[in-house]
Order: sequence, then structure tokens, then C-alpha cells
Amino acid sequence: MNAALIVIIVFICISLYLGVKAKKGRSMDLDEWAVGGRGLGSFFIFILLAGEMNTTFTFLGGSGWAYDKGIPAAYMIIYLPLSIIVMYWLAPAIWKYAKQHKLVSQSDFFKSKYDSRFLGVLVTIIGVISMVPYLVLQLKGLGMIVSVASYGTISSTTAIIIGASILTVYVMISGIHGSAWTAVLKDFMIFFIVLFLGLYLPFHYYGGIQPMFEAVENVKPGFFTLPKEGLSISWFISASLLSAVGGLVWPHLFGAIYSSKSGKAIRKNTIMQPIYSLMLLFVFFVGFTAIEQVPGLKGGEIDLALLQLSIQTFDPWFVGLIGAAGLLTALVPGSMLIMSTATSLSLNVYKEVQPSASNKQVALLAKLLVPVIAIIAVYFTINGGNTIVTLLLLGYGFIAQLLPALLFSFMKRNFVTKYGAAAGMITGVGAVMYTTINNSSFGTLFPSLPSVIKDLDIGIIALFFNVVVMILVSMMTRKLAVSKVDSVDIA
Amino acid sequence: MKLIHILSIIPFVLALGLLPLVNKVQIYVLGMPFLLFWVVIWTVLISGILYVVYKLDPANQ
Repeated sequence: MNAALIVIIVFICISLYLGVKAKKGRSMDLDEWAVGGRGLGSFFIFILLAGEMNTTFTFLGGSGWAYDKGIPAAYMIIYLPLSIIVMYWLAPAIWKYAKQHKLVSQSDFFKSKYDSRFLGVLVTIIGVISMVPYLVLQLKGLGMIVSVASYGTISSTTAIIIGASILTVYVMISGIHGSAWTAVLKDFMIFFIVLFLGLYLPFHYYGGIQPMFEAVENVKPGFFTLPKEGLSISWFISASLLSAVGGLVWPHLFGAIYSSKSGKAIRKNTIMQPIYSLMLLFVFFVGFTAIEQVPGLKGGEIDLALLQLSIQTFDPWFVGLIGAAGLLTALVPGSMLIMSTATSLSLNVYKEVQPSASNKQVALLAKLLVPVIAIIAVYFTINGGNTIVTLLLLGYGFIAQLLPALLFSFMKRNFVTKYGAAAGMITGVGAVMYTTINNSSFGTLFPSLPSVIKDLDIGIIALFFNVVVMILVSMMTRKLAVSKVDSVDIA
Repeated sequence: MKLIHILSIIPFVLALGLLPLVNKVQIYVLGMPFLLFWVVIWTVLISGILYVVYKLDPANQ
């Protein structure tokens, strides 16, 4: 048994202990289990919301993109602070409305705002088909990190099964409290490890940050300038804006928002969150350092840039620490995703089909759905192949389609009807499916347009159709059904 | 439109709007290519802006 494996096993035990101990004598009704009884303080809300930035993607995708694409990866740094500005205004309004109406899931929000059970079910379906690929990606990343960091002692499949089992146990027992406590350990570890790697590796191999950039510029001229076509300035701006607003509509983020003690606590938290996103900068430093030190990584291998460089630089015990941090970056978002999925299915599908079901039955079903969702996710993780990346792109595209109806619902006089909201979402989802499956871009759809337009993020098309259809259908159905006017002033 | 709303919009307009100019600057600042420094400095500025907005926002009295 090598030192890396021992370190990883120790952290698996610690995370399981923290996750289970978080229950601490609480009676876990649905409100306590899914949204922490709406009593989580500033610290835990910060960890849950800010920590949501640190998924396995931070470890693998961030360094991989820097390694492969260069400066276009910087959009990941700027979109997070921009999304937090949107969060400052939007999240407290969502929290306030949810508290007034005792909402538990994201679907509840749309169901209540538009007074439509159908819309609640539709949002649940969109949420579930978006969240499962996201969960699968976390488990896939977990398998990759633990397998490489344990020098192959733990196979990827074994790591995935262990990770999913830990998730299942502590989510069933402690709900969001388990996520909050393991998130504390995760963020503490990832903060110091990423900071250390991002500073140590460039100094170790190049003698500093600037010499590292200059060395990379020598072997890859123009690597730190946005190109004229492709990942150009117009792509950078449109991707940053879309990610900034689209990333806020994930159902599990609604769960974190609902669990806050107050709207003021959410607003206060936003002040430090942008600084937190600077951790990605140090992940990029590692990716840039790896370009010359671990040359030749192609395709899916680029995601291993950080791990490969670490293995050739550090002793096994430290590589084990990196592996343990990677494991935790999958567990925390994974637990939030699995909990949101289970809550939505139980509350917004089962309860709709079986209205006589008691709250106790709904809560029990939500907990029993956790292992079912975990098994489905593990199956897709092990057997899904690379199609999961396509599914995740679909997921991001799908979930962004909830945004227009969400924003319009906060207007003082919301003219969007439940029919308009549903039609817009369905149209947007259809447009996302068409453009993703056909690998379309503005360039392939409109080849004669200038590159400024052709390089725009394709997600804009789906949102455009969504909004147009939503407005048209709302105008046609305004007399059929007056949407529930029940707005909360955002400002 | 209140001051806190204007402050909230500024980063969107300036951080992204000035990118065509920023992309042409070929110098290193704090050891980083200028474009990377640009997104880093805006990340810090946004934190400061949110602090000011939080302090001025009547909702946080």
C-alpha cells in the first residue's frame, strides 16, 4: 500500500464521518433535509455557494483548458465574478419569495410564480435531465483523479463506486447539512493545495511566473492573445455573459439559496466570492507550466495536465493529498446535485401524481431516491463514454432556458403567462438539442456573416428563440389565463 | 436608476467592452500577460464594487 493510497483512504473516512455527524440529532423532515430548515448561517452559505465554483472541473478542466487553449480559458475567471453581481440582486429575491411561500425545490418556484402544476413538472424534467450528466461528470472526474493519484492502486471504476457510496450514505442521513460540513473540509484543502501548486510549480520549473509565460510564448507564439477567429473576442464576451447568467439557474443552487438564514446573509456573502474565484488563476498557472513539462497531451488527456505534472514533481504522500482534494471536489457538488434531483422528483412529480401523499411520505421517497439516482449515475459514468460531454453541454444549454421565465417573473407586472413560459422553455430546449446534436455554430448556420457574429456563443440562439416564443405565446394567451401577479421587488 | 444599479453594471460594460483594446496590449503586469492581468484586476474590483453596493443598499440596513 503506497503513501498516496493511505492519504486518500484517510480523507475518505474523514469526509464520511463529517457527512454523517452533521445530522447531530436533527429530525430530518423535508425542509430540514433539503434546505437546512432555512437556518444556515453566512459561513455555510458562503461555502456552499462559493464552493460550487470548485468542482472536479476546477482541477481537471481548468488546467486542461489552459494547457490546450491558452488565454481563452480566462473567460472562466471573469464570468464567475460577473455572475456574482447577478447573484447579489437575484438570489435574495428568490430567497424572499421561497421563504414567503415555503418552497423547497426550484420547480416549486416556477409552479408557484406562474400558478401552474404543468410548469412545475416541466421544470423538474428539464432540471433532472440537466443535473444527471453534471453528476456523472463529477463522478467521472473523481474516478480519474483518485485512480491517477493512487498510482493506479484504486481503479477508476472502484473510485467511482466508493465515491457514489459515500455520497449516498451521507446525503440520505444528513441532507444539506452533510454537504455543508464536507464542503468546509473540501474548500480548506483545495484552497491551500491549488495556491501551493500554482506558485510552486512555475517557480520550480522556470524560476517565476513571468519566465514561465515567456517560455510558453516562445514555443507557442500568440498563445496569450485572443485569436481573430474561433475563440475570439466576440466568443469571449458572449461566453462570459451567457455563463454569468446561465450558471445561476442550476436547481441545486436554488437549494443552497433557500437554506440561507436571510437575504442579507446572501448579499454579504457576495462581497468575498469574486476573490474566491481567483483560485482558478493558480490552476491555470499549473496548466501553463505543464505545456513544456508534460508535452504532447491530446484530446481527453489534457484534463490530466495537473495530475501528470504533480506526479512527476512530488512525493506520493503529497500526490495523495491532491487526490483527496480532488475526491472532495466531486463529493460536495455531487451531493447537492443528487439531493436536488431526489427532492424535485419526489415533491414535483410524485406529489403531483399522488396529491394525497403526506409530507413525511414525500420526504421518505426523496431519501429513498438518492441510492437509485446514484446507481443510475454510476452506470452512465462507467458505460457512458465520451457522449457524456455532449450530454453536459446539452444540460448547460437546457438549464439556461429557465432563465427568461425566471427573470420575467420578478417584473412588477409580469406579462408572461404560464403558457408563454412553458412554450419558451420547450422551444429553447428544442433549439439547444438541434444545435448541440448537429454540432452547429453561428458559423455553420450563417456562413456568410462576419466572424464577429460567427464566433458568438451558440447558446444565444436558443435563448433568443425562447424569449421570442415566450413573448408571442404570452400575448396570444393573456386573455386565456392571467399569470399570477405575485412579484417581489428585486431592487 | 440608482447609483448601486449603475455600479453593478459598470463591470459588465468596462471589463468586457474594453477587451478589443486590451487584447492588443503586449506587456506583462505582475508577471502575467496583460489580458490575464485584466481579468484578475476586474475580479478584485468587482469584490470592491460589491462591498460599496452592499454598504449603500438600503436593503442591508
